[in-house]
Amino acid sequence: MYSLTYKRADSVEEARRLFQEASDAAYLAGGHTLLPTMKQRLAAHDVLVDLTRIGSMKGISVEGDRVRIGGGMTHAEVAGSSEVQRAIPSLAALAGSIGDAQVRHRGTLGGSIANDDPAADYPAAALALAATIMTDSREIAADDFFTALYETALEESEIVTGVSFAIPETAGYAKFRNPASRYPMAGVFVARHRDGSVRVAVTGAGNEGVFRWQAAESALAGDFSANALEGLSVDPDLMMGDIHGSAEYRANLVAVMARRALANLGSAEAII
Amino acid sequence: MVTVTMTVNGRQVSKEVEDRRLLVDFLREDLELTGTHVGCDTSQCGACVVHLDGKAIKSCTILAAQADGTSITTIEGLADGAELHPLQAAFKEHHGLQCGYCTPGMIMSGVDIIRRHEGQLDEDTVRHELEGNICRCTGYHNIVKAILAAAQEMHGEVRQAAE
Repeated sequence: MYSLTYKRADSVEEARRLFQEASDAAYLAGGHTLLPTMKQRLAAHDVLVDLTRIGSMKGISVEGDRVRIGGGMTHAEVAGSSEVQRAIPSLAALAGSIGDAQVRHRGTLGGSIANDDPAADYPAAALALAATIMTDSREIAADDFFTALYETALEESEIVTGVSFAIPETAGYAKFRNPASRYPMAGVFVARHRDGSVRVAVTGAGNEGVFRWQAAESALAGDFSANALEGLSVDPDLMMGDIHGSAEYRANLVAVMARRALANLGSAEAII
Repeated sequence: MVTVTMTVNGRQVSKEVEDRRLLVDFLREDLELTGTHVGCDTSQCGACVVHLDGKAIKSCTILAAQADGTSITTIEGLADGAELHPLQAAFKEHHGLQCGYCTPGMIMSGVDIIRRHEGQLDEDTVRHELEGNICRCTGYHNIVKAILAAAQEMHGEVRQAAE
């Protein structure tokens, strides 16, 4: 890791000021992507602004038909939250399936959303649960947030302070993990909302990152069962292909994971 | 440089370190607590697991500066003097190691697993929970046995104390 200056922020305002004062700063949340990347010298920053002690980015609350989770909440805290388990069990399931126990003790919701790794789990939940991404300056619909691989609608120094998820009528998550990295090679989050609409979000597979599988959404809105997916597939040309699996293989995984997610509705444990 | 102050194995320590100093290097190089190992250095293998405020973390993936003000427990802090921690004793009893390199991380993770599940463990749960710890000797069988045995012993003690 190259030399750097560590700064700890006690408030969102202080974090943004510290970030803007530096020439090439990065925000440090759980650090489980940023620090390994910096250790390999694939990234270098003159200043790291630590967000993990900012009290206003903690907390979980259920407000009406939405669950609001602070950006600083760790995966273990979300997975273990009785509020989340009651309101959206499949979201608790997703959080409890990220990485391993030690990673879940450090990694945060805000960090995952802001990093927008094409194989991260949370972006799938954000899209399928019609989330609103709250930042220190505005609110952004999840549909407008994830713009490309590792790219989001965030401005340079903007901070994800929390995410508000719609509480669905029912939802399920299933993924197929790369056995070495533990990241999904395809993860599908299916949710049927109270207005009858269905959202199906896919992570790990698309060559443009997380995406909504609209054909499946339409089919499931008419018949919310695996039968509705009969004959449906995603275009391999839009899937990632690498040494771990070809685009055709991932396209098949997406269809299989969608069926498994439908078989896992309401469960507080992800199918992995 | 940054001054970090934390409690390590019950003892308060304060040192000036480089901002980029990783917690694992702080423990091993600055405090000479070499029981915490570095296996992969890429957050995969779990040889570097320590407890930060009671929770298992990978000390290769956190800056020492981030741990400022916290309480750290390493493998050196588990035993009570000459008396081994029940999980250390169980690893010895069940031969839960071959080369021993992963053992400190396995034990620190095992203690965390037993704590989080309040001793209520079965083999499948232990195997799943150990996904962040890699044993290159592939000696998982006896590691799992040791964790189950210690969970039972520690849980039994809790039950006795409650009676």
